[in-house]
Amino acid sequence: MRLLPGPLRRKNGDNGKADGNGNDDQPKSDIPGALLVSRERDEAVINGRNGQDAKEQKALQRERLKEAATEVPATVVGWVDERTGMGPFARGFMFRKVPKGTNWFYTLGSASMFAFLSQAVTGVFLAMYYRPSADEAYTSIQHINNEVFAGELVRGMHRWGATVMVVLVFLHMGRTFFFGAYKYPRELNWIIGVVLVLLTLMMALTGYLLPFDQRSFWATVVAVNINASGPVIGPYLADFLRGGAEFGATTISRFYALHMLLVPGLIAALIGAHLYLVAKLGTTAPPWLKAEKKRELAKEEI
Amino acid sequence: MNGREKEQYLREYHVMKGQGKPFFPYAVAKDSFMAVFVLLVIILMAVLFGAELGPKADPTTTTYTPRPEWYFFFLFELLRVVKPPEFVFAATIGIPTLCLILLLLLPFIDRNPERHPLRRPIATLTGIAVIVAMAYLTVEGALAGAPTEIELKTAPGLEAGRSVAASSGCLGCHRIGDNGNAGPGPELTEIGDRLRAPAIRRTLLNPTAPMPSYRGLSQKNPEQFSELVQYLSSLR
Repeated sequence: MRLLPGPLRRKNGDNGKADGNGNDDQPKSDIPGALLVSRERDEAVINGRNGQDAKEQKALQRERLKEAATEVPATVVGWVDERTGMGPFARGFMFRKVPKGTNWFYTLGSASMFAFLSQAVTGVFLAMYYRPSADEAYTSIQHINNEVFAGELVRGMHRWGATVMVVLVFLHMGRTFFFGAYKYPRELNWIIGVVLVLLTLMMALTGYLLPFDQRSFWATVVAVNINASGPVIGPYLADFLRGGAEFGATTISRFYALHMLLVPGLIAALIGAHLYLVAKLGTTAPPWLKAEKKRELAKEEI
Repeated sequence: MNGREKEQYLREYHVMKGQGKPFFPYAVAKDSFMAVFVLLVIILMAVLFGAELGPKADPTTTTYTPRPEWYFFFLFELLRVVKPPEFVFAATIGIPTLCLILLLLLPFIDRNPERHPLRRPIATLTGIAVIVAMAYLTVEGALAGAPTEIELKTAPGLEAGRSVAASSGCLGCHRIGDNGNAGPGPELTEIGDRLRAPAIRRTLLNPTAPMPSYRGLSQKNPEQFSELVQYLSSLR
């Protein structure tokens, strides 16, 4: 107690007394006619007791804090739920039942989405250094490769992540096809999936030009010319992509905008719709399990 | 699927779903494991193969043979398989668009209620055939190198033009003698029979898609360009 500065000590003492009075019902110290000695002794006792009380009080307070802290997530979730009403949907999404027998093939969809997320994150870091103009694109990529910390790793992850994503998307589509998972009631989700495949390929195509080396430039020239050979809208589409009749300064910023804003935005939105339908309609059961089910039912019927 | 089959499916699926396990944590655990695996593969590929950057894009050169990313090889190869020029449109836009439309309409084309791959042989075989065809086209596209040599006998005085032709990427799309790819461009072995030098010059400057224009070469290196035209018109 002596170690504490004056005002604090007095305050402590007062608190102790007040608490002592309130909790333990000890009015002795405040009796005016009490003997000085006994009063001092009482005070000493009370102070001692007060010390213990304070300890207990602290422990109690700590526990209360702990309880409050553990309730914080629940409180926050409750607060959000009260204002969004998302609780039932989130619970329905996370704790929905998935039929027995779903194997590793069923992870291909979420893996594709994860590859997309990885592309988004690495893409954001590349965008911090990339400059989408015919003059600067190549040098900014050189800068990323040679000077930026872990630049080559992040660019390599983005470049090879594209390959991994294309492969995963096609594998996911193959799984859906061979398991007959595109059939009623999931036809719409198949269509959304095919659009997502197309958008993924568009990402690969528009991203290919951005490093602006010989390989990417000439491959893109041919790709755009292929577009131009289409009927009716072909030439207009090619003009739109090039930003004119010839490959020019606007071409690269056009591809950049498509690659950064339009296509990934569409992909994110369609992944949301795709997932919503998966949660709503449920994960398909493996087709061979359905056959067993039929046999069981047949037996029961007999 | 008619109404009865739909209802039967929904009822059966409801039973199977009821017997299943909750998405969290069972499916989430598998998905997370897969996500970590995918990330490791991406990092491993990035470390092993790096982020290659070729020479800077130069619109004035035509010496570069365009090569798409490997997963576009099947489309690229489709262009080279289709030879007659009047069908090039079919290869560039026609077949891919048709495939895309078929893919989009798949649930409406295949209305067989059966889902087991072995009990719907037509769908399964079609799927396997498509995969084999795409794999074949991809491998062919990968093996088709970027030849830069022409072995055809050349009249004296035209060697310069031959080397320009060989290094200008013509062989990426055209066949000259035993060299070059069979498409998407027409064979040039006897082009001199069909086109005179001025026509060849015009075609090089204003080609039909998807061939790139050689205007850049004609502006940067007029001698090389005229050597190229002379060489091509000598092929007959």
